[in-house]
This record gives sequence, structure tokens and C-alpha cells, in this order.
Amino acid sequence: MTPAATEVGPKDPVQILTPDGQRLPHEIYDAYLGDVDEDMLRGFYRDMALTRRFDQEATALQRQGQLCLWVPLRGQEAAQIGSGRATRPSDYIFPTYREHGVALTRNVSFSEMLRLFRGISGGGWDPRENNFHMYTMVLAAQLPHAAGYGMALSMEQRGWDEEKLAAEGNAVVAYFGDGSSTEGETHESMVFANSFNAPVVYFCQNNQWAISVPFEVQSKVPLVERAAGYGMPGIRVDGNDVLAVLAVTRWALEHARSGKGPVFIEADTYRLGAHTTADDPTKYRMTEEEAAWAPLDPLIRLETYLRENNIVDDAFFEQLAKDADQMAATVREDAMAFPVPPLAKSFEQVYAEAHPLIQEELAWHLQYEAGFADSGENA
Amino acid sequence: MSTMTLAKAITSGLDKVLESNDKALLMGEDIGKLGGVYRVTDGLQDKYGAHRVIDSPLGEAGIVGSAVGMALRGFCPLVEIQFDGFVFPAYSQITTQLAKMHARSEGRLTVPVVIRIPYGGGIGSIEHHSESPEALFAHTAGLRIITPSNANDAYWMIQQAAACQDPVIYFEPKRRYWLKGEVDTETPALDAFKAQVVRSGDDATIVAYGPLVPVALAAAEAAREEGRSIEVIDLRSLSPIDFDTITESVQKTGRLIVTHEAPTFGGLGGEIAARISERAFLSLEAPVLRVGGFHMPYPISKVESQYLPDIDKLLEALDRSFAY
Ligand SMILES: Cc1ncc(C[n+]2csc(CCOP(=O)(O)OP(=O)(O)O)c2C)c(N)n1
Ligand SMILES: [Mg+2]
Repeated sequence: MTPAATEVGPKDPVQILTPDGQRLPHEIYDAYLGDVDEDMLRGFYRDMALTRRFDQEATALQRQGQLCLWVPLRGQEAAQIGSGRATRPSDYIFPTYREHGVALTRNVSFSEMLRLFRGISGGGWDPRENNFHMYTMVLAAQLPHAAGYGMALSMEQRGWDEEKLAAEGNAVVAYFGDGSSTEGETHESMVFANSFNAPVVYFCQNNQWAISVPFEVQSKVPLVERAAGYGMPGIRVDGNDVLAVLAVTRWALEHARSGKGPVFIEADTYRLGAHTTADDPTKYRMTEEEAAWAPLDPLIRLETYLRENNIVDDAFFEQLAKDADQMAATVREDAMAFPVPPLAKSFEQVYAEAHPLIQEELAWHLQYEAGFADSGENA
Repeated sequence: MSTMTLAKAITSGLDKVLESNDKALLMGEDIGKLGGVYRVTDGLQDKYGAHRVIDSPLGEAGIVGSAVGMALRGFCPLVEIQFDGFVFPAYSQITTQLAKMHARSEGRLTVPVVIRIPYGGGIGSIEHHSESPEALFAHTAGLRIITPSNANDAYWMIQQAAACQDPVIYFEPKRRYWLKGEVDTETPALDAFKAQVVRSGDDATIVAYGPLVPVALAAAEAAREEGRSIEVIDLRSLSPIDFDTITESVQKTGRLIVTHEAPTFGGLGGEIAARISERAFLSLEAPVLRVGGFHMPYPISKVESQYLPDIDKLLEALDRSFAY
């Protein structure tokens, strides 16, 4: 059954955990949460809390002049942990630049992630190790890549039967924001992926803002309504509800994997903080709006549920806070210890094969720099 | 050895690529059933199937962007942009994504995508169908740019482009598609990233590429009748540029004319002039002269012959050079 075809229409976001921590039954999605036991629930909370602590540490590092920039994700932890935990290690993820929580679910090291923002790498981590692509700063540019990657998977999986697809089929999850939904490449990507039935899950975190521009400037209708125009199922989900996000993303991945084509997910969430450390939200949005979203914080919601069902006790939170502080200290230490690669290294990475201009300019650069060493000016 | 048009030589080259590399695939607008608007991919979908010769949806950013994604998964896509003037919807994908992926990943990822673009004028067409945007791409590090001027190079250079681990833009001189030439399918042509002296001479050098190589050769022949011995270099690779071959020639001849259809201002002729004045200043008997297009949108076709470099313009430039 296609979710869009049920009474849970696109206008009503799928919700499993209410903001006050009550678990609702769901006709379709309960089946996608069967394995969620207490351990997993604690794990989700832990993931979200660690991500938030990392985000806080990175923000502090930027404030202290140790990072060029930081892109905080506070408020979007459930959308990211829920969707990331729905993936298989062999699925490939195309993030934007804010998916630190998804990165955690892919075992990308938080420390490594800071290399980009510390200005010592153009990427930071090895995308091949965790099937988690580099961040893409050009909005929506990663979406055609996701379509192409999905088309490539379809070619590899040509002729597989349903059983094999379900068991071994790979899929792609492509993240983007509400602002990026307007970019032409979003549209082209969706046309390509749908025309070729590529196994791509489009995961839009609608955090209501594109820097200073509110969502209504991007679209007159919920984005999920656009899905039908491309011929794919669209699911709107409460993006601050980790269980709902997990369930719908699992459904979407199953659909995509089975060869039925892409799925669009719009996760309603809210960027609780600034767009980046260079931003000042007081210039464009109301504190009343922020106050209205504050109680919808995904961590509060899960904490309420966990406490009310006696799945956690105070000791859990105490230990978690300790672990998080320990993680943050390690990340800080690592970030400060990263060596700055010499510019000479950048020459080597422009082309995969030998290139005469690169060689000539590198030789000149080395000779020029060596001149300073000889004259002792750097001493 | 067989005689083929330049277009058919590319078709044969693509056929070889598809045959020898099962990760290679073609994608573009109308390239499958129709075989492309210039029929360069004619017959290849029948031979290799619609999953390897793909009629894409109509979107250049989607074509190049999805090719990047395929390359990230280990495929080797060769995509076609239908005309020079229609590459710009993909400009961001090419310059911000394709060109930089290797560098941004600190050398971990390679994206061996080939982008074929028919380019240049002289075909009496309407706007956007006659442009030479190569300098806009040559300015971007991470890309390689090549252009054949004859059938033999066309056959080999497309295969060399496909084998290259870097992204390559392969500019096809569309007004020479029907130019016939001998193709030696046994002996590979010179390295695609090297220039070739296609006529030797002692008095001056003309550097040309793509559609203007036959023009430069004809000008050299005309100059011979005036008693001047002109060396002609087919640049072949526009990024990197084989400055060694040009330098060596200029050290011998002392005079250099660079010609391209693209506007002179900001064109590759300026880069060549600057580099050669640095490398061979004392050998130069005259400033390096450029014969290119004017600083205007590509003109209406009825007057394009006055815009395009031709034999007379090259002879005029040679006269100016010899007058120093
Ligand atoms: C092509 C492009 N245009 C503009 C920018 C500058 N920019 C960076 S983030 C941003 C807003 C993006 O909003 P959204 O897609 O909703 O993502 P969010 O930042 O809210 O996660 C803008 C305009 C950019 N990075 N790329
Ligand atoms: Mg947003």
C-alpha cells in the first residue's frame, strides 16, 4: 500500500510519537518498527544527544576562531538519526552540509568532519569508507549525482528478482533542504531518477528557513505534493519524531530497493539555531516562532517517552552526558592537532593523471618557497 | 587503414570504447534511436542496448550531474551535449562538481566522465548553434579539454578521453564532421594531450585547433606561393596546452600567429601569447598575433564569414608579423 493512498494523506505528517511523548499506533508504519526494542530506543536518544553535543562543541570551536564556519543542526536530530538509521551500510548517502547526525549513523568520525570546516580539506572524510559522500556546498548539486548513482545501481541490479533485490539491492538517500527544493537541479534529478526508476529516496528536511527566507517563499504547497507530479510516492513526516522518520524511511528504502523507483519524503522540522555561525536570525524571524517550536525539540519528545515508559533512569542521562563531554573533548583535541597540509599537496590532487601545467607551477612554487628558507626570513 | 568522415570516426571510436569497457555508457538527448542530431552515435543503441546508449531526459545539468553520480559508482559515462550553446545549463555541474570532485576528495575519488560537445560555426545556423566556448572551460582546473581536427585523431582521441581518469571535454568541430580522412585503426595516434606539427616550415608558425586546422594549412599553402615557409601546429589539447611543442617551433621560426573561432578577447590565444613571450622572448621577431572572433555574440549566419578567421585573415596576420 502506498502511504499517500491511505487516510494519512500528505497534509498530515506521519507521527508515531506525539510531542508530549505518547506513542500512537499506525496502520502501515508499525510494521516497520517491529524490531525497535528498548536498547534501540536508548540508542536513538544517545545518537541524538551525541550529535547535539558535537554540534555544540563545533559551534564553540568556531566562536573561538578554530573553524572557518560551522553549520549547526540543532533541532534536526530526529530527522537525521531516524533516516540515517534506516539505511544499510551498502546504501550510498548524498548529504548537504548539515547532516552531522546522518554522518554519525554512518560511522563517519566527528573529528574528521571538522577538517572541512577547519580549512584543511576540501572534503574531509573518505566517502568510500562509509558510503557517505562529501558535503556539497552548491545547493542541490548533489541531487543529480544521486539520480546518476541510483541509475548506476539499477544497471548493476538489472535482472535481479524481487527476493534478491530485497535482500541485496542497494539504494541512495539524497538529502536537501526546503530552499534547495527550488533549484533547477532538484527538478532535473527527480525527472531522471523517476524516468529510470532509480532507487533514490529524496529526503527533504523542511526546517522552515533558507537562511533568512521562510518556506512560503519557496512553495505555495507542501513540497510533498510535488512528488505526484514526478510519479513517485510522497510522504510527509513529523521530522522531530525519530520513530516516524525511521519508519517512513524504511518504507521508502524498501520501495526504492525493490525496483519501484524513487520516493520523496518531506520531514517537517525546525532549525532551532542560526543558519550558520555567520548568521543572525534576530534580523528576520520572530522569537515567538522560535518559542513555539522549542517544546517540539526532538530530544525532549523522546526523553519524555523513554522516562514515562521507564526505559531510562537518571543514571542513563548522567552517563550519556559524561560520554558526550568525553567525545567533545576528543573531537576538540583532534581538531586542534590536525596538521595543515602544505599547498604543495593541493597541486597533486587537481588531476588524477600527470599534467604538465601542474608540474610546472608546482616546481615554481616549491622553488619560490624554498627561497625564503635559504634566506632565513622565516626563522 | 580505412577512409571515414570525422563523424564516423568518432562513432567507430565510441563503438570501440563500448566494446572494450563494459562500464562505459553513452547518454544524451536524442542519441539513441535517432543516433544524435549529427548521427554520431548512430547504430550504437541497436548494438549495445538502451541501457548503455541512453536517451536521457531533456536537461543538461541532469545529464552531466547524473554522469558524475554514475562515475562515483564506477561507471565511465560519455555524455553528449547537443550543441555548444546549450552546455550552459550544465556549467555549474561541470565547473563546481565534475572539475573539483577529485581535488575536494583529496584525490580519493575519480570521475572519469567524457563530455562531447559539437562546437564552432561556419554551418549557416541560427543562434546558439555556432559557438566556441572552450576558454570558459579551459579556465577551470580539473578539466581536460581536447579537440580533434581530422578523422584519425577523432577516432583515437575519443578513446584516449574515455581511458583518462580525469574528466575530459571533447569538442567536436561540427563543420568538419563530413571531412573525410584516412583512419589507421591499428596504430594509436599521438597522446591526446600533445600538440602536433602538421606542416613544417621555417619562417612563421600558425597554431590552430579543431575546425581551423584545415584553414591554417590552406593559408600556409597560399603563403608558400608567396615564398614563405609556414609551420602549422594542430594544438589538439586545449587543457593542458603543449607549450613545449609551440616553444620549439617558435624558437625555429621566430613568429607566431594563434587562431581560433572563439572571441580573441579572453581566448586561449592570449594565454598562448603570454606563455610564448615568457618562454621564447629572445627568439621572437614580432609580437605574437591573434586571429579570432570579435567581441560580440556569435553573429547572424549571413555574415558569419566576415566574423570567422579564414585564409585571408591569416595571410593578413602573417603580413603584419613579417612587417616587424
Ligand atoms: C547554489 C547556491 N546558492 C546559494 C547558496 C548560499 N546558501 C547556502 S545555504 C542557503 C540556504 C539553503 O536553505 P535550505 O536548502 O532550506 O537548507 P538549510 O540551510 O535550511 O538546511 C543558501 C542560500 C549556495 N550554497 N548554493
Ligand atoms: Mg531550510
